[in-house]
Amino acid sequence: MTPEDLNERAAAERARQQGFRERLHCCTAAGCLSCGAEELKRDLTAQVEARALSQQVEVQGTGCLGLCSRGPLVRRASDGAVFHELTPSEAGLLLQPGDAAAEAALAAKRLDTAHPFFAHQQRIVLENAGRVDPERLESYLAADGYSALARAVSELSRQEVLAELRASGLRGRGGAGYPTGVKWELVAKQPGTTKYIVCNADEGDPGAFMDRSVLEGDPHRVLEGMAIAGYAVGANQGYLYVRGEYALAIQRLQGAIRQAEREGLLGPRVLDSAFRFRVDIRIGAGAFVCGEETALIASIEGGRGEPRPRPPYPPEKGLWGQPTLINNVETFANIAPIIRHGGAWFAAIGTERSKGTKVFAVAGKTAHTGLVEVPMGTPLRTIVYEMAGGIADGGRVKAIQTGGPSGGCIPERLLDLPVDYESLVGAGSMMGSGGLIVMDEASCMVDVARYFMEFCRDESCGKCVPCRAGTVQMHQLLERFCAGQAGEHDLALLKELGTLLREASLCGLGQTAPNPVLSVLRYFPEELDQRLHHDAEAAAAAAATEPA
Amino acid sequence: MTQPPPSGRAPPATKDNRQKLFERAMSRQAYAGHALIEVLHTAQELFGHLTPELLREVALKLKLPPSRVLGVATFYNFFSLQPKAEHTAVVCLGTACYVAGAPQLVQALERRRCACAAADADKEAGPARLSVQSARCIGSCGLAPAVVLDGRILPRVSAAQLERELDKIGITA
Ligand SMILES: Cc1cc2nc3c(=O)[nH]c(=O)nc-3n(C[C@H](O)[C@H](O)[C@H](O)COP(=O)(O)O)c2cc1C
Ligand code: FES
Repeated sequence: MTPEDLNERAAAERARQQGFRERLHCCTAAGCLSCGAEELKRDLTAQVEARALSQQVEVQGTGCLGLCSRGPLVRRASDGAVFHELTPSEAGLLLQPGDAAAEAALAAKRLDTAHPFFAHQQRIVLENAGRVDPERLESYLAADGYSALARAVSELSRQEVLAELRASGLRGRGGAGYPTGVKWELVAKQPGTTKYIVCNADEGDPGAFMDRSVLEGDPHRVLEGMAIAGYAVGANQGYLYVRGEYALAIQRLQGAIRQAEREGLLGPRVLDSAFRFRVDIRIGAGAFVCGEETALIASIEGGRGEPRPRPPYPPEKGLWGQPTLINNVETFANIAPIIRHGGAWFAAIGTERSKGTKVFAVAGKTAHTGLVEVPMGTPLRTIVYEMAGGIADGGRVKAIQTGGPSGGCIPERLLDLPVDYESLVGAGSMMGSGGLIVMDEASCMVDVARYFMEFCRDESCGKCVPCRAGTVQMHQLLERFCAGQAGEHDLALLKELGTLLREASLCGLGQTAPNPVLSVLRYFPEELDQRLHHDAEAAAAAAATEPA
Repeated sequence: MTQPPPSGRAPPATKDNRQKLFERAMSRQAYAGHALIEVLHTAQELFGHLTPELLREVALKLKLPPSRVLGVATFYNFFSLQPKAEHTAVVCLGTACYVAGAPQLVQALERRRCACAAADADKEAGPARLSVQSARCIGSCGLAPAVVLDGRILPRVSAAQLERELDKIGITA
């Protein structure tokens, strides 16, 4: 396919879409699928056929519409209305346009798209969610898909692509926020012709599913981002390392790679240029530590996913000892829009040091849960109260947790913090990959800290002693707190071990494992204290009165 | 241990063609040592779990030391060296599900599992009837707490609902 063919195909698909009187997009992402989205879509398709409407109405699947707590969701393309929790008979009403009675009956199932949950979002990464059918390449083409890759390989030099990226100010979305442009330039500068692109789709943070929804809802966009990266840094081979649990994402990615190769969007001559790029999938096997870049490399090489000391960093010596660019799924998903609209456009969104948007998976005790994409700089309070509607039954927010097992909690009073890398780190948490769990007064912070420590203990790869033994010790100490058996010196020991793990662990897992505990110590010391004194006294009292 | 919902990725396998499918999968990877994890995935999909014989075969065919194969097979949570139980319940213990009460679901399941194991204690050895596993976020956080029972997601499930579902598949108290 040449860039001209690409334009024609896109135009033809857009014309085909306009030929329909109505297009109904059924969310077929994981959340809605578990509430019967597949059945709903099948039923709706059958109804369209039964009423001989196939020429006028198109029913298609699409990526996550966001409000997962109200699935299955259906979006009506003609007016952008979104309907929730539809039964098949209610969905049938969507096929009766202009029928006032049907419209009235549907009104109760219509989501208010002016609600802050939707209104405060700015969608770049998720722009295609609700519009594009992840299983059809044409559908992606109609949404300007692969036009950024076409522009890169036919109009821009490698240097120009790198310059756009640097100008955009994009930073890695995998957690640490390393400037993406700088990383790409590091790899581009390396001598040699064998280089690799790796997409980190091992989304390990327990409580986050942004990457999953991008992979399931818009797989071609990730491939396009990887191919542009390959062009810019001079790599011809890419690997997508996907969590084994994400069966649907794997299936859709496999389909997308096949389609793209068949159409010459990937393969020996990308869009009829001299650039060659191939993508292979590697399926993870359930180890959190494999999200860490050096462990991920070891795993792609077929070994135990154990990290190694850095430097050398992967841009110098990565996969099979060759220069390797590793970026997160969401990072790659930002590439095509940056090349399409220019780095300056992207840099105009967000704050001084954090550009663009961030996708959060909001979960926990809030009224609404699901995916939101907000510009950097949005106050956390806006996300928690306005968008997610605060605590479901009118309770009070106690704290939020971001960054998963490497992050920390942020108390209610600090919710005016804007979303950006520096302010979250300053508050003792981190951006992480985007999990945002809201906790109410009923949640015990010590228990949450214990939960994350248990997670790190289970997931420690065992290679270095501070992490392997330290997480076990810290977990045991926290168990004592939860059981009300801890003494003063347990508290001191907990702090000491926290520092030790942070200073002496080999990789990020161990280095950041104490964060959840340290943030409880920082913001909720009274909860630890309470358990220390009163519970110990109560236990002693109980022991004394217990009949022998 | 984490286990994905059945992917339907493997070609239909019957008892007799499994070995052939397995052989084909290895040859597709050109018997390359770095394809070890892919090969183990296929082996487990075809045979249910990784037996010592399978591991030895993989080591031989991929020209890897058996210690390396065992090392990888035991490193990853996904690979199981034990036969699968008749029914599998995976409780999500991701953060969202945890704060929404997943630990109580684990307790409910464990009670049933113990009851079943006790009832079967005098029968001859066979695969266990229920295996209770945990996953770290199955990506349905909006529907917490979630349990995957034999590949089917039960969203926003309570302990009582879960027990009713277990009754339906014959895992009774
Ligand atoms: C224990 C640990 C787990 C990690 N898990 C992930 C993950 O699941 N997904 C991810 O993209 N990055 C993860 N990272 C970060 C990666 O090591 C790496 O920094 C990232 O993939 C780089 O991509 P980016 O620059 O686009 O953020 C993890 C790091 C550590 C230390
Ligand atoms: S925490 Fe259970 S599905 Fe994410």
